[in-house]
Amino acid sequence: MAKVIQTKKNDLKFPKSLTGIQGLDVITEGGLPMNRPTLLLGNTGCGKTIMAMEFLVNGIVLFDEPAVFFSFEEDIAELELNVKSLGFDLDRHITNKKLYLEHIPITRSKISDTGNYDIEGLFIRLGEAIKNVKAKRVVLDSLDNLFYRFDYKVLRSEFKRLLTWLKAINVTAIITGEIGNTLTSRDGIEEYVADCVIVLDNRVVNQITTRRLRVIKYRGSVHGNNEYPFTIDANGIIVLPFIEGAVQQKSSSKRIPSGIPDLDEMLDKKGFFLGSSVLVSGTAGTGKTSIAATFSYSVCKNKHCCLYCAFEEAPNQIVRNMRSIGISLDSFIKSGLLQFYYARPTLQNLELHLIAIKEMINELKPSVVILDPITNLMTEGPNSDIRSMLTRFVDFLKLHQITVMFTAAITVGSIERNPSDEGISSMVDTWMMVQDIEVDAKRTRSLCIMKSRGMNHSNEVRRFNISKTGIHLLPIVIDDKAPQSETKRAAKEHLNLSTSKESIGIK
Amino acid sequence: MMLKKVSAKTKVKIEVEEVSEERYMLRLIITGISPNSVRAVVNAKAICEKYLLGRYELEIIDIYQQPSLALAEQIIAIPVLIKKLPLPEERVIGDLSDTVMVLDGLNLV
Repeated sequence: MAKVIQTKKNDLKFPKSLTGIQGLDVITEGGLPMNRPTLLLGNTGCGKTIMAMEFLVNGIVLFDEPAVFFSFEEDIAELELNVKSLGFDLDRHITNKKLYLEHIPITRSKISDTGNYDIEGLFIRLGEAIKNVKAKRVVLDSLDNLFYRFDYKVLRSEFKRLLTWLKAINVTAIITGEIGNTLTSRDGIEEYVADCVIVLDNRVVNQITTRRLRVIKYRGSVHGNNEYPFTIDANGIIVLPFIEGAVQQKSSSKRIPSGIPDLDEMLDKKGFFLGSSVLVSGTAGTGKTSIAATFSYSVCKNKHCCLYCAFEEAPNQIVRNMRSIGISLDSFIKSGLLQFYYARPTLQNLELHLIAIKEMINELKPSVVILDPITNLMTEGPNSDIRSMLTRFVDFLKLHQITVMFTAAITVGSIERNPSDEGISSMVDTWMMVQDIEVDAKRTRSLCIMKSRGMNHSNEVRRFNISKTGIHLLPIVIDDKAPQSETKRAAKEHLNLSTSKESIGIK
Repeated sequence: MMLKKVSAKTKVKIEVEEVSEERYMLRLIITGISPNSVRAVVNAKAICEKYLLGRYELEIIDIYQQPSLALAEQIIAIPVLIKKLPLPEERVIGDLSDTVMVLDGLNLV
């Protein structure tokens, strides 16, 4: 008997109403509670109205569920204009009798109240509107204006009545509201009576604003508990659940040449693994961008698409500079094989950059993505965030078998202190370090492979030569014949030895 | 004096008939026989008889019978007493048990 009940329980699926908003349906595991009211809370400018509107429009377009929108704030013309930028053609839905908009103006500050009253008028109007279009979805935007206009005590009990009534007439509703000081709505009661509460937040960290979403309550259902960043762009709202991550990645044994024959030779004579991640780190002016550009050149030459995300130099500057080392990228830009994503890192948060890049990837389907330099993005936010975001991003790329190359600028001193570049080097498959070293009293560029997973790579430190004919990696030759050189080296060794002894306290 | 300006456009007749004593057109909107509504009707009638004797019209509308009026009149709270004339239009909400608030809200005194 108990067994039967249990299987029945497992089969029971909580009825939900898909929002059609990317990511939100993943977090809520199928949408908002069907035929129940949901509270959408957040400060001004969080995107409450837009999210609510997208819920309705998606309902009409994707699920053929007519909708009613009651606005206590913006009038209908304003509302239509505001969401037009998202491609919502409200007019069409209104003429098709799929959508009904009603504006309830908040005229005077407060109407004198002469005794007991209720807000039955709102119920009647809502009821008429719902009947009118046979609505399945309803939005009330926003509650606060209503509270502002009427007596708080009356509204409290009326609000409960409203929620019960909405449930009774079987509509899936979103009610928006401002957020209070704590994580509750301003009037403090609503979340206890609503079935689902979603909080939107617009936070500024390091002068960069990110919108975030959190489901704080969902009766009768499991849901993602974390805060998820979301964006509003021409395609509407995109929430980044990142739950899909941790998928089985394909690990290819195919190789992709780096574009530098000498480097390929150091990498088991074949180059990088297809779909692997490569990090090139080095101090300023060591030639990281040259390596990246050479790689992209080789990819395009093999008729594959490459997406170059430049966070420092403008694309045309990169093109000009690369011409000087015999790499002409112009023709590939013309043919569309080489695409640039160029944006100031401070323009938006890293995750938003990654969303934009992801969208480009989905569109272009490149075989290689270059992020140059990744360190510029890393200034924007706490390290742990960035690391996890990059890990997810690399996961995403690996899933699509896209090879990614990051460049990372490191400061001279940090090589000794923290050679792992804010920890990203541990997550990449191949890590190369370019640095200036002193050879025979000359500053010389050098390149070495710090690690390369799954291949027998060279341990050599090579001289890294950039010339008109491109990049060459040559063995470092120390001229033993030069007499001063030997003494000089000895002197240097001695110096090094003594300083290191001092630093660890040996006299 | 103010009235003359307004009424020149709208209700000339009333103005001519009642030069000194303004005529009041009131509309009370209720929901069936709910306790608030019943009280509001009783109170509205009493106030009109006491303060506007012989110069008022009180129209009582059950919104359940005319739901479309809720939108037309922009009604949310019920009961609501609307002073249609003289202009400007004023309204008070509630069961009208607080006479002072009613008179004040509708500019009757």
